[in-house]
Amino acid sequence: MGVTESKANGYIEINQELCKGCQVCIAFCPKGAIALSDKLTASGYIPVSFNDGSECTGCAICAIVCPEVAIEVYRG
Amino acid sequence: MTKVYSRPKLLKKKIFHYCAGCGHSIIHRLLAEVIEEMNLQERIVGINSAGCSVFAYDYLDIDMAEAAHGRGMAVATGLKRASPETVVFTYQGDGDLAAIGTAETVHTANRGERITTIFVNNAVYGMTGGQMAPTTLLAQQTTTTPYGRDAILEGHPIRVSEMLALLGGVVYIERTAVDSPANIRKTKKSIRKAFQVQIDGLGFSMVEILAPCPINWKMEPLEAWQWIGKEMTKVFPLGVIKDITGQKDAD
Amino acid sequence: MAKVLMDGNSVIGEAAIRAGCQCYFGYPITPQNELTEYMANHLSRKKGCAFIQAESELAAINMVFGASLAGVRAMTSSSSPGMSLKQEGISYLASCELPSVIVNMSRGGPGLGTISASQSDYFQATRGGGHGDYRTIVLAPSSGQELADLTHRAFDLADKYRIPVLILGDGILGQMMEPVEFKHEAPAELPVRSNALRGAKGRASRIVRTCTSNTSDMEELNWSLYRRYQLIKEEEITCETFLVEDAELIVVSFGIAARIARGAIKNARANGLKVGLLQPVTLWPFPSAKVEELANRAKYFLVFEMNMGQMIEDVQLALNGKGETFFYGRPGGVIPTPSEVFRVISRHYYQRGLS
Repeated sequence: MGVTESKANGYIEINQELCKGCQVCIAFCPKGAIALSDKLTASGYIPVSFNDGSECTGCAICAIVCPEVAIEVYRG
Repeated sequence: MTKVYSRPKLLKKKIFHYCAGCGHSIIHRLLAEVIEEMNLQERIVGINSAGCSVFAYDYLDIDMAEAAHGRGMAVATGLKRASPETVVFTYQGDGDLAAIGTAETVHTANRGERITTIFVNNAVYGMTGGQMAPTTLLAQQTTTTPYGRDAILEGHPIRVSEMLALLGGVVYIERTAVDSPANIRKTKKSIRKAFQVQIDGLGFSMVEILAPCPINWKMEPLEAWQWIGKEMTKVFPLGVIKDITGQKDAD
Repeated sequence: MAKVLMDGNSVIGEAAIRAGCQCYFGYPITPQNELTEYMANHLSRKKGCAFIQAESELAAINMVFGASLAGVRAMTSSSSPGMSLKQEGISYLASCELPSVIVNMSRGGPGLGTISASQSDYFQATRGGGHGDYRTIVLAPSSGQELADLTHRAFDLADKYRIPVLILGDGILGQMMEPVEFKHEAPAELPVRSNALRGAKGRASRIVRTCTSNTSDMEELNWSLYRRYQLIKEEEITCETFLVEDAELIVVSFGIAARIARGAIKNARANGLKVGLLQPVTLWPFPSAKVEELANRAKYFLVFEMNMGQMIEDVQLALNGKGETFFYGRPGGVIPTPSEVFRVISRHYYQRGLS
């Protein structure tokens, strides 16, 4: 149905110990590449995690909105 | 793959004490980026104030001093007058700047002191547990307006930026928000411009930033971010409030 | 250098400029306006210097805080009601160890009071009207010359001990015109303190703060300040004495009251009364040891001050029961005369059967 194949050439690293589970990154990610994990951080938050098999383009929107500066973004 | 986004160098490696979804940490990050990009770290001093951001100096790796509640602009004035080559900025919340510090705010702006103010407006007193702020919206519930802010009993929210724009010494004021990637990018640009106004010696500059306070608004972080666009901007419209930099350049 | 005839308020201004004061921030209040205006005239256009008539005394003390952060000599002045506004700022200056000079030309109070001279801010000055455990050095001049000398000394003390220094004058001293000799020239280059906060150039970034969530840090700051206060007590206590060697009754007065007392004592001596004067010049630290020493020879201490009895408490503390104290005071801005004070001295003298 005319779905454009985007190059999934982006990758992010989430420092889960900094994440407070605010989920803002999930809301703004255009590719749905981030989701809540099933872990618990030392501070008692439920952090998010990156879906490796996603179509991340390295747009860095998640990093821009992350209040904890917990995300580093790679693009290739 | 190349790294296209990493933690700014001027942000110390410390976990933010701010609540999940708070606007302060984003603004701290933008400041760290701008100061680094403009290469100001060796000649900049930040004056922070009472409120949640009283510990801002734990995160920004620049010279910082804490002022008494509300007095940030007076302290910044003294510092700038004593050392004009130093870039001086204040980082203040709505209570600090528009309640207890109103006189200092108005007069520092009026004198056109060559300082920059980062005004974080989250419509509530965060640090002390969510009491009414000068910028609390009508009908907004806070711990000291449990029945919702009533214009007759508690007055109206103050549009500080519009008020200060009337003063001769003010050169640049813009209101932005940190509730979306686009607005965050705009905020960074405004902060940059505000510092440039100071460096060019033109006069007083301020960026009023609408920021979320999820815990005290009793909302989930995302809901708080959305409330800014839905409700706050009705009372505090985003955009340039005053910009006479072109005029001042000509002067 | 030659003596000049100048009102006390202007003397303070001139002495401050000669001490290298770079920034002055003030607010109009009688009876110290001549000082603010002097700085507007002589400091505001001086290269590298700044004068601001601030929006309030509260703003002015915080501007001093900012200028002191930047490592320069800064001063503010006011009178009693304005000094109350500055108390918060003084607490913060003391906590951050920021050198600063604050001048109080006191007037009658409490409240908005009168514009005439009084000495009713002794407690506020020496006990610290701001919150928290801190002290400030307090200097009490009693003449135009002392205004000149002590203003200069205030800046040196402030820098030496990194402490706010209060000059406790009053309305008469401010308005009085006397010949004064300025013993110092203004420095060719204005000094910048070594720990000035102007940007992290060639060093790690630095923080100046008063708030902490670490109570041990706060405790350690307090102990460290108090060790410094001990040092100041050992090194800086100053007082003047007048005809105390054979005195049976000693008048204890500070500031303008000491001036008035001298007149009364000269009169008393002419009438054969063996009376002397102890004039504390540093009100904090108070010359307790001197009081104790005098109590070896004299048993009676008449504390004369223009208030309801404030310094008398320090005299009693110092005596520790060793002598007898009496009080004579006029509050509210009423100026006692030397003959009035002489009558009080005589009454006490003869009532005690002294000869």
